[in-house]
Parts: sequence; C-alpha cells; structure tokens
Amino acid sequence: MLNLILAQAMLGLNNGVFYAMLSLGLAVIFGLLNVVNFAHGALYMTGAFLALILYSYLGVWIGIEDLHINFWAALIIVPILIGALGILIERTMLRWLYNFDPIYSLLLTFGITLVLQGLFVNFFSASGTPYPGQPESLRGVVDLGFMIFPKYRLFAIGFSIVICLAVWFIIERTRIGAMLRAGTENPDLVKAFGINVPLMVTLTFGFGTGLAGLAGVLAAPIYSVGPLMGADLIIIIFAVVVIGGMGSIMGAVVSGFALGLVEGLTKVFYAPAANTVIFFLMVVVLLVRPAGLFGRQS
Amino acid sequence: MSVTTAPMPLLKITDLNAWYGESHVLHGIDLELGEGQLITLLGRNGSGRTTTLRAIMGMVDRRTGSISIRGEEFISKPAHRIAPLGRIGYCPEERGIFASLNVEENLLLPPTVGKDGMSLDEIYEMFPNLKEVRKRMGTLLSGGEQQMLAIARILRTGARLLLLDEITEGLAPVIVKALGDALSRLKKSGYTIILVEQNFRFAAPRADRHYVIEHGKVVDRIEADEVDAKMDRLNHYLSV
Ligand SMILES: Nc1ncnc2c1ncn2[C@@H]1O[C@H](COP(=O)(O)OP(=O)(O)OP(=O)(O)O)[C@@H](O)[C@H]1O
Ligand SMILES: [Mg+2]
Repeated sequence: MLNLILAQAMLGLNNGVFYAMLSLGLAVIFGLLNVVNFAHGALYMTGAFLALILYSYLGVWIGIEDLHINFWAALIIVPILIGALGILIERTMLRWLYNFDPIYSLLLTFGITLVLQGLFVNFFSASGTPYPGQPESLRGVVDLGFMIFPKYRLFAIGFSIVICLAVWFIIERTRIGAMLRAGTENPDLVKAFGINVPLMVTLTFGFGTGLAGLAGVLAAPIYSVGPLMGADLIIIIFAVVVIGGMGSIMGAVVSGFALGLVEGLTKVFYAPAANTVIFFLMVVVLLVRPAGLFGRQS
Repeated sequence: MSVTTAPMPLLKITDLNAWYGESHVLHGIDLELGEGQLITLLGRNGSGRTTTLRAIMGMVDRRTGSISIRGEEFISKPAHRIAPLGRIGYCPEERGIFASLNVEENLLLPPTVGKDGMSLDEIYEMFPNLKEVRKRMGTLLSGGEQQMLAIARILRTGARLLLLDEITEGLAPVIVKALGDALSRLKKSGYTIILVEQNFRFAAPRADRHYVIEHGKVVDRIEADEVDAKMDRLNHYLSV
C-alpha cells in the first residue's frame, strides 16, 4: 500500500511539473500586466510542436533528411522562439488593450489560442504524434526502491524544480526582480523614476511565454504532441493559479507541485475523483481565502 | 549686440495644462525657478499642486504647454525619460514606498540619473533611522521612516531637481524638525527644490519664492522678502 501511495505521488509530482511551470509563467505575467493569458496553454502546445518539428520535420522540409535538431538544443531554441512570439503578440496586439477592462485581453488571448490550435489541427493530426527525440542518456528506468520510474520523468521533475527556484530567485532576490515587483505595485511611479516600464512589460510577457515554451519541450517526450494538449491543461492551470493566489510566484510553484501530488494521491484513495479534486479545492479556497493560499488578502 | 540676460532658469513652465481622463485639472500654470532655488506651491486642497508635480513627471493622462528644463523641452517626452534627462527626483504625496521591497531595495530601486548622488553611507548618515530598519519590508515602517525613505531614495540617484509633495503631512513635530534640517542641508548643497506644503511655517524660512495655486492656475507669486508685507493675503489664500 505504501509503495502504491509513493508511486502515485511520483506520478502526481510529474504532472505537478507542468502545473508549476505553466502557472509560474501565468503568475509572472498576471502580476505585472494584469492580463490573464489564456493563450498560455496554446503556447505550451506550440512549444511541444516546435520541439517535434525541429527533430522530425525541419530536415525534411529544407531537404536535409538527416537533420534532427535534438532535445537539448530544443530546450534552448524553443523557449526563445516562443518568447519571441510572445513579444510579438504583446507588441502588436495586447499592448492596445491595457486601458480597457481586462476581459478584452482575456478574449484576445482566447482568440489566439483558437488560431494556434486551428493551425496545428490543420497541418498535423489532431490526435497527437509521439516525440521521438528523447535523448539517449535519459532513456530507460531507475529503481527508486518503491517503484520503477522512467529516467526522463525524474529528470523533468528535477529540471523544473531548478527552473522554478531560479525564477523565484530572480524575482525575489535580484535588482531586476525588485523592478518587476515595484512595477507590479505602482507602474506609474516606477516609470517616473526613469525605468522603461513598457519595455519591462514586453520582456516580462516574453519571459512568461518562454516558460510555457520550455514546459512544452519538457512535455514532448512524455505526452504525445497534439494540438489540444494545451487546452486540456490550461483549465487546470487556472485552478492552480486561483488556489495559489493570482500573481503570487511562490503560490504558483508550491500549489503547482502540491496539486499534482494531491491529484496523484486521490487516484489511490478514490480514483474517480482524481480529475475533479483540484476544482473542488479551488471552490473551497475561493470560499475560505478568496485571494488564494499565498495571495495578499486585502 | 550684446545684452546681459538673467541666467537661464533651471525650470520654466509656461501655460501648463493637464488632464486626468476627461477632467481638465491644470488650466495654464506658469512658474520658474533658478538653479539652487527653493520654491513652494501653496494652495487649498484640490487646487492642483500635486497635479503640477505629476504633470512635470509625465504622470497625467494628457498635458500641453511648455516644460523647459535647462533649456530643453520636456512636454512630449515619455514618462520614463523625464527623470534621467532632467535629473529629477520625485517624492510623491502618498510616499510610494513599495510594500514588496525591503528598505534597501526601495532605496536602490530608482536608477541613477546623474553623477555625485549620495552614497548609501551618506544617506544613512543623514537618516540614521533608516539604517536600523534596512532589511525591513517597506510597509512595516512608521510614517516618518517611510517619508525619510521616500526622500533618501531620490537623493541616491544624483537628481539635482527635487519635487517634494507634502513631506511633513501627518508626521510628529520631532520628525518634521529632522526633515527641516535635512531640507536646509540639501538647499545649502545646491539642490533645486519644489516643495508642495500645507505647513507654511515649515516652508517659509527656506523658500525663495511662493506660488499660490487655485483651481489649476497660479493666482499669486510672492517673493520671500515680500512675505511679511503680504501675510494677510497669504492667510486668505490658505484659509479653508
Ligand atoms: N487621478 C485623478 N483623476 C481625476 N481627478 C483627479 C485625480 N487626482 C486628482 N484629481 C483632481 O484634480 C484636482 C487637483 O488635485 P491635486 O491632487 O492636484 O490637488 P492638491 O492641490 O495636491 O490638493 P491636496 O493634495 O491637498 O488634495 C482635484 O480636484 C482632484 O479632485
Ligand atoms: Mg496634493
């Protein structure tokens, strides 16, 4: 029984990786821009597709059949590309909506989601394609004592913890992070001090979306790469962000991993509830602590 | 032909109009001050003194007229270029201490806008209270400490033109006195200062000139040496 619990906990933690990384990006964006980026899931999906394209398709498209840009390269290239896409979206579209009700930017990013999904459904199969580029060194399994666990998944957990800690460190302990926190509180005053807030906003959006792209690459070897993989996830991510507290970095990371765990453990005790337990917790949190577990209660 | 002209004012504002959304708040402010001078903006609540400072900093929705600093026109500069180009430090009425930053982070937040700003040591020497609380989060400070921090933070940047909004508001007399001493020191070391102040007795001994603002316009301009003669008028302007 204990082994079963530990095993489900590990699998839950593995989902938590993606909850944490995606809600982290959403929280960073929401904090400074006050924008709920509905497209976050679609950008994650696009990231996974880019990893797949770099490995399986790009070579064929440009006529160099043996070209397979590998996983490690994708881990660097894709976040940059998705970050750049985010910057493009912010500069050309989102920027014009800041003076209106936040519902407009939510609707815009919802529209972007549909466009991205439509594009990939059109050009790839809607059902999903496996990513063949999982690195050799991460193939196989490790024996954790209580279970046999795929090496790659262990890597994904470790890698995302490092990323989350790094982002937390940048935001809470560095000068750039101080600017970001100050900009979140009072952008007008930060501007009056001579800091280029519009540029900061653009880069923050690019950074947050880049994180979604990174999560997408990380997901590619685990889940099959399909146009709807982000749509399934984004609703859970919103619940995670609400539970953690809108805009709270710490809240996003901790509740991301914790809710993955809770979901995994629910499978042990009452499997049918596993898909809804997060939403049940969301309702409870909203009733008891409307600003979220880590949010500043006003 | 050569004429001797008065030295160019450091700041010259002409016909400044400003809006918050649709609401037209400043209706043609004119004022000027020379390098090293201290002027005050006096007036009743809601007369537009804070808005004058905010308009200089580009913190209003729209502004027209002319704001010339060291001969350069600032009216259409974007907000984030104003402090560095004009070497301005702005201390807002609500103090604007960031709750999610500790004291030292608050101090170090504004980028430098010129050489010879105060070092942290000099700042802690001028405001010893701040040193004791330097790791504390911004909002856990007393009102006086917050005010000192708000001033200290712009002295670090090397700003030479200081816009100070109601720095004595709601503070205990002993702190008001400490701020007064700091202000005198700043004036002596050559800073140029615009002071928005309700407390006329605090402002008067250090000011070169007073501007009285009503309904978004300058309605009177009183030089320091005319204050005694015009005391009745001043009392009338400032009475509620
Ligand atoms: N953000 C804002 N939006 C709309 N109107 C504003 C805003 N801020 C101030 N006002 C209005 O502009 C006018 C001038 O306000 P301002 O804050 O400049 O006055 P003040 O002279 O600094 O007075 P005090 O600080 O004593 O209230 C007031 O009528 C005020 O109601
Ligand atoms: Mg005011």
